[in-house]
This record gives sequence, C-alpha cells and structure tokens, in this order.
Amino acid sequence: MVTRGFSSGRKPPTDADARIPPGQYLEQGFPVLSAGPTPRVRTEDWSFTLKHGPRPIKTWNWTEFNALPLTKMTRDIHCVTAWTKFDTAWQGVLVDDILADAGIEPPTAFTLALSFDGYTTNVPTQDLIAGKAMVALLYEGKPITPDHGGPARLLVPHLYFWKSAKWLNGLQFTERDEPGFWELRGYHIYGDPWREQRYTGDP
Amino acid sequence: MSDAPAAQSPWQTVTIARIEKRTPRVTSFFLQPSRPFAYRAGQHVDVRLTAPDGYQARRSYSIASAPEAGETIELAIERLDDGEISPFFHDIAAVGDEVELRGPLGGHFVWSDSDGGPLLLVGGGSGVVPLMAMIRHRAARRSAVPVALVFSARVWDEVIFRDELIDVHDRRDGFDLVLALTREAARRPSDYSRRVDAAMMEQSMLRLPAPPRFAFVCGSNAFVSAAAQALIDAGVPANLIRTERYGV
Repeated sequence: MVTRGFSSGRKPPTDADARIPPGQYLEQGFPVLSAGPTPRVRTEDWSFTLKHGPRPIKTWNWTEFNALPLTKMTRDIHCVTAWTKFDTAWQGVLVDDILADAGIEPPTAFTLALSFDGYTTNVPTQDLIAGKAMVALLYEGKPITPDHGGPARLLVPHLYFWKSAKWLNGLQFTERDEPGFWELRGYHIYGDPWREQRYTGDP
Repeated sequence: MSDAPAAQSPWQTVTIARIEKRTPRVTSFFLQPSRPFAYRAGQHVDVRLTAPDGYQARRSYSIASAPEAGETIELAIERLDDGEISPFFHDIAAVGDEVELRGPLGGHFVWSDSDGGPLLLVGGGSGVVPLMAMIRHRAARRSAVPVALVFSARVWDEVIFRDELIDVHDRRDGFDLVLALTREAARRPSDYSRRVDAAMMEQSMLRLPAPPRFAFVCGSNAFVSAAAQALIDAGVPANLIRTERYGV
C-alpha cells in the first residue's frame, strides 16, 4: 500500500542496499536498548561459566578469559527496532575457542546465553560455532562500555541484535530450544533479519 | 506480571481519524484500525510507510491511549527534524489518510491494574507516552493503585498531556504528578526546576504509601540511564525497574 505523500527519504546508496535486510534502515550512531538499568560489572567481579544444563563445565575469571585467543570480527549488525549499522568492529573470544579451552565438543543443539542482570536469550548451538559468534571484549579497539554490554557481550551478528546478550556471564547448553527473555515476550524464537523474523510466529 | 507471548499480528491498514496538537513538537494521531485491536497499557506498535517506488520505512511508537479508550489508538508523535516518519506525520498526514500498522508489540514494559502497585513512573519528554497509557488505564479501571509520575520536560509548554495529568492529580485519588522542568522555573509546589536525581526520586517515593512494587522508566537513552541510576541510588532494587529507551 503506497502511503499518500510519502517519498523515499533516507535512501541508502545502491551498493549499500544489498547489505540492509528488509524493513531496516541505515543508522550511523549506536543506539542503546535494554529492558532494565545498566549493570556496572567490575572486571574483578566478572566471571564466565560454561554449563551443560545446571552443571558447570568450566569457569574463567577476567584474567583467564582474556588469556584466550582474541579474534577480530567486523560485521553489520541489525536491531529488531529497525536500525542496521555497518562495519561494527569487535574483538573477543570465538565460542569455538572457549569450547576448545574447555576441551569439549558442543554437547547439545541448543544454547541459552546468560547475563549478569538475569537476561537470557536462546541461540541454536550451530549459530554460535564455526566462527559465527564470539564473546566480545573490545569495541573499536576499546573496552566495551557498560551501556553497550561491557565488560563482555555475546556477538551473534547474523541474528537480530537482542540475541547478542549484553553483560554476558555464561553459556548454557540445553536439551531443548528454551525461549529466553524477549522470546517469552513476543519476539521471534530464532530472529533471522534476512527473513524478517521479528515477532513470535513470523515465518 | 502477565508475560504471555504476543500472538502473530500481521500488518493492517489503519485510518487517521483525528489529529490533535499536544505541544509545539508533539502531535497526537488517533488511528482507526480495520480489525479489532486489543492491547495492554505500555505496549507499542510498528508503523510502516511505503513510497511509490516501493521503499518502506518503519518505526515503533508507544500507544498513549488506554486499552479501554474505545476503537481508536492514540499515538503521540514527536517531530524529529532529521526523522523519516515523524516529519511525514507532522507535515503531510491528514485525517482520512491510511498508513500500515502492526501490533500490539512488547510484553515487558506493560502494566495492568491487576498487577498491583504502588507504581513509580519516570518519563522524559515523549517517553511519557507509554506511562500515559498506564495512567489512563488506571483511571478507566477506577483502580486504587497508588501511582507517582515524575515527568521531566524542558519547559512547561512542552509537558505533553499537561492539563489531563494535572486534572488526574487534582482528583486526589492516589495519583501524584511531579514535574521536573530542566530549562524553566517550577510552577507547582510539588515540581522541580532541575534534571531528575536521586534526591528527587526519594522525595517522590514519599508520595507513595509504600515503596514501589514496579518502576517504569521511559525516554531517550541518556535520560533513562540517568533516571534508572537515580532510582537505584534512591534505593529501588534494580530488578523492579523496567526501562524503555529510544534514540541514539
């Protein structure tokens, strides 16, 4: 349905079109969204735990985690509130390298990301491995600020950005695909921006 | 709180039934849905505009009306000069025009009178919109839940829904309005002439008969960060604070 009197305004250059998923617009800034106040997590209090169900597999403190191999990842990111930001530059530890340090193969097909503030989000395990996702520690070469999820956030850039949990403190392998915080509150169970899977039930 | 997943809600065409200017920069658009539209106070909708060449723009807007308000949905839209959708609404849209809408959306920043209280609401600028839906819902339900609204605006004339809020306050039925004007002197005895801070939150909570059961904070990111921190500094547990942010 064409809207009377509305004309294309903020049209991206043609070569950028292919990088913008349906229903998204290009944003130059970096908006902040979260369901509650920003937790201030000190690195001396920080820890990261890998779990299989309720059972901890391995826990790292900040120093130990920073000793893992660091990888750079520069990716476009897509927020469900419709902004897309190009070429965000992160450094962190690939989930592959976390698993290798723990000496395990992924034990289940589903994972729940866990955060310091109680936030959770579910991601199929195969979307986290093979170089697809990391626990990011740096943004544009600097420590990630608290409002953007620092000290450490999950980065799963090929899914809507609510899947990239802020203030991450663990990954939990689950037997079933267990909906997380937003997935229980009307948002899509998987969240592929290219299929525009924003809300519960979107095909 | 009820946090059931929203059912799938496809796009629908809505008609602009009425337009009402609220402040120099904020105008309310009353939209008539083509299908029945049930929602909860605090929820938002996505609005989509389509250009003749197929280009589409969409944004989220909070609903200002109460679920009990009748058939039309009120969106109070602030004009952002560099925006894509708000200039269309302010400069072009007229009664009778159709736009596309999807919703209701969001299952976290919502309140029903059955959720209880007391409630502490903190809004900055057009961040008051979803809080207004809660206040109107409370009034429509004749709820006795105590509510305090701390509403920050730059000046008196930019206080969205000002007359209605003062009317509800003057009923003295458990709703208290506290205005925080950042660029003008306070006009009412309960008001402040400064940005929100922890002392203001502490004093505002004294207007409630008991500590808040829920706090809802909505506004720009900078406002929400400052207000949420002020609430925490005033002793509100972080897990009671729900936030909604917009802007960069």
